[in-house]
Amino acid sequence: MSTQAALNFNNLCEILEKHNNDPAKLITILQEIQEVYRYLPEDIMTFVATSLGISPAKVYGVATFYSHFALKPKGKYVIKLCDGTACHVKKSTAILEALQTRLGLNEKNNTSSDGIFTIETVSCLGACGLAPVVMINEEVHGAMTPELALKEIDKIIQQEENKQ
Amino acid sequence: MKKTLLINGNEIEIAQEKNLLEVIRKANIELPTFCYHSELSVYGACRLCLVEIEGRGIQPACSTLPEQGLKIKTHSSKVRAIRKITIELLLAKGGHDCTTCGKSGNCQLQKLAHKLGITHIRFKKEKTISIPDSTAPSIIRDPNKCVLCGDCVRMCSEIQSIGAIDFANRGKDAMVLPAFAKNMNQVECVHCGQCARVCPTGALTIKPEIDPVWQVLNDPSKTVVAQVAPAVRVAIGEEFGFPPGTTCTGQMVSALRNLGFDKVFDTSFTADLTVVEEGNEFIKRFTTQKDLPLFTSCCPAWVKFTEQYYPDLLKNLSSCKSPQQMFGSVAKKLLPGQLNIEKKDLVVVSIMPCTAKKYEARREEFTKDGIQDVDFVITTQELARMIKEGGMDFKNLAPDSFDLPLGFKTGAGVIFGNSGGVSEAVLRYVSEKLEQKKSESYEFKEVRGGDGIREFTTSIAGHEVKMAIVHSLGNARKLVNKIQAGQADYDIVEVMACPGGCIGGAGQPDYSDQSIRNSRTSGLYKNEKMIQLHKSQENPYLQEVMHQLSGSGEEAAKQVHHFLHTSYQTKKRIIKEGIEITSGKLEISVCFGTGCYLKGSQKILTTLLDQVKRDDLQTRVGIKATFCFEKCGKGPVVSFGNKIVTACTPEMALEELKTLLIENEVFS
Ligand code: SF4
Ligand code: SF4
Ligand code: FES
Ligand code: FES
Repeated sequence: MSTQAALNFNNLCEILEKHNNDPAKLITILQEIQEVYRYLPEDIMTFVATSLGISPAKVYGVATFYSHFALKPKGKYVIKLCDGTACHVKKSTAILEALQTRLGLNEKNNTSSDGIFTIETVSCLGACGLAPVVMINEEVHGAMTPELALKEIDKIIQQEENKQ
Repeated sequence: MKKTLLINGNEIEIAQEKNLLEVIRKANIELPTFCYHSELSVYGACRLCLVEIEGRGIQPACSTLPEQGLKIKTHSSKVRAIRKITIELLLAKGGHDCTTCGKSGNCQLQKLAHKLGITHIRFKKEKTISIPDSTAPSIIRDPNKCVLCGDCVRMCSEIQSIGAIDFANRGKDAMVLPAFAKNMNQVECVHCGQCARVCPTGALTIKPEIDPVWQVLNDPSKTVVAQVAPAVRVAIGEEFGFPPGTTCTGQMVSALRNLGFDKVFDTSFTADLTVVEEGNEFIKRFTTQKDLPLFTSCCPAWVKFTEQYYPDLLKNLSSCKSPQQMFGSVAKKLLPGQLNIEKKDLVVVSIMPCTAKKYEARREEFTKDGIQDVDFVITTQELARMIKEGGMDFKNLAPDSFDLPLGFKTGAGVIFGNSGGVSEAVLRYVSEKLEQKKSESYEFKEVRGGDGIREFTTSIAGHEVKMAIVHSLGNARKLVNKIQAGQADYDIVEVMACPGGCIGGAGQPDYSDQSIRNSRTSGLYKNEKMIQLHKSQENPYLQEVMHQLSGSGEEAAKQVHHFLHTSYQTKKRIIKEGIEITSGKLEISVCFGTGCYLKGSQKILTTLLDQVKRDDLQTRVGIKATFCFEKCGKGPVVSFGNKIVTACTPEMALEELKTLLIENEVFS
């Protein structure tokens, strides 16, 4: 744990150094940092603000403006639900609603409090032939229904419980 | 050749104006604007200043260059229709409950809706969802009323160089927020209130304390005394139809008595006291050449700013309490005995031009046994509202005068409200004291003026004294950076956070025109002319009050010091700063500020982490990467528990780690 934190921190310093602490590069810097931490933690953003000589509110503003920045850590399992045209026509919305209800999540609050699941909608995973498509981490599940999707979720929950 | 353009068919000359809006205003045509302020950069987002230009269609006047021959219509049907729609959309979007809004009466949106004759809104009203943030002592932020003009954001970053608030989120969720959507009292806001001053709507307003003040006024068991800051007297009249800068001291005192204040005193009295204390402090430092420049400390926004950004300058801040707080501690010490009441039944209310004073009054240093030295702070605007609620005809009140002795002042205490006033008052004291003779004249006009940064050198008793006077924190930052870079050097520096000094405070009646500020400034200088005495040292009551404070005996000087001086602490800008790498009780912080980083703090961190891992102490030792202990010259800086080690090397770090562990009995 601590070694990981130290490695990440080293990376962070290198990124800032590489970009010469230039506030004009803020977006790029945040992108690279997100690759390291997988999201943008508050203390890291404050650190970045101080290094670049800008206010934390400004960094926060940029981080919340672009949708590809995540301000909260994502769950261990990221469920990507395709809402491209093909999937939408085949009722992907019903799957989304079923999953959200099951996990008590919504569009804004999309990561479960135990840090296991994150639900995201994406536009077209490029597998329209299999519509509707759900991706759980790297695994693709085609021709989904609300029931099948819930089964996958239950499987994971079971697995995680067994681990404990 | 003269350049001209046509506005509504009238030929208007183009002089130095930077944009069309200024030319139109010069022609005495009022164009509505939300996002245009002459003091701030041009943003061009509100689309209210639209005009129709022949051949170019509809254009925003604030961001269009005035060019020869333009033919402009300011109120064509097209322009009027767009303007109306814009306002209707804004009204549909927000939670504009005018009757209960703090800005009601001064709100630009409300005024415009009225002017444009908007009687109904054609769009569906959106539900409002955000909860207002009233956690800060000075400002209430109600995002439901925000029109996203950005005035506050630019004020805070461009003029104050802070950037405590900024745009966050996008599209329909966009709003103005402090970092990480925290509350205003958790971030680096210094409570100057200037954002609220420029906000055209009720999205940022000053937190009122009118209700609790009415309550104590109506409570027969309480004795309520007022102290009024100098800048209030030349501005309050604006609320009642007097021209800006008119001195209304008499009416104001009279109104305060009518409201039920038992005693009405003058903060200028403790300003005189500040002059003497700060003057002595300066003489001591100047003669020993220690901790110079002396920075003034009467502006609480500047004090918080220094605590956050320049901890190494804290020793340069004058240790004098501000006049408001000197008054508080003198009053709480002396008045109970003199008025024959218990301390708990004495209530001190300040009337201030300033919103940061609300914050200052609540600082821990100024609270004893749970009782604040100053109980409530209301602004000039709040007092005006109370006078209006009290149904008084302010203009025709018979003038009254302050109570003695805490209401007696010299002119030096009055000019405190102007930028340059403190410096001038201190000069009047220091020069006589060092030269050991009385001088005929008293004015030091060279320190007066409107420029944001002013420098002035004078000779006192054969010594050259260099001073600088700044207003607005952006200018203060510029000057301090210059001093720290060794490019400037002064003996005394006066800083006021608000443009123009206290007379431009955010608690004063609303103003956007700089000429109003100038009128108030000359108002104060005129006011001083009507006072017989001009040097604080001539205030006959100072000695008396000092004596009452300390009694006799050898502890006297210490006592006085205790009542009139204070100390400062480094403040984190944002609650929780630094990155935790391991979490344990024994804290080690490695500075990663630029200075330390370049000198090798990373190597130290890795060395420490390796060792901690080897000894399997990750849960006992908490290693953090933090920012700047402000000893950058001596970096890398690392703290082990309470011990700060400068010029640290990896070897030293390992040694210190061992000591820390032994001291805490992890190792034996
Ligand atoms: S009160 Fe002053 S410091 Fe605070 S947000 Fe407003 S302008 Fe910035
Ligand atoms: S809070 Fe006020 S000044 Fe700031 S953007 Fe909103 S409406 Fe404009
Ligand atoms: S004043 Fe011109 S766009 Fe706002
Ligand atoms: S960079 Fe300032 S103390 Fe480290």
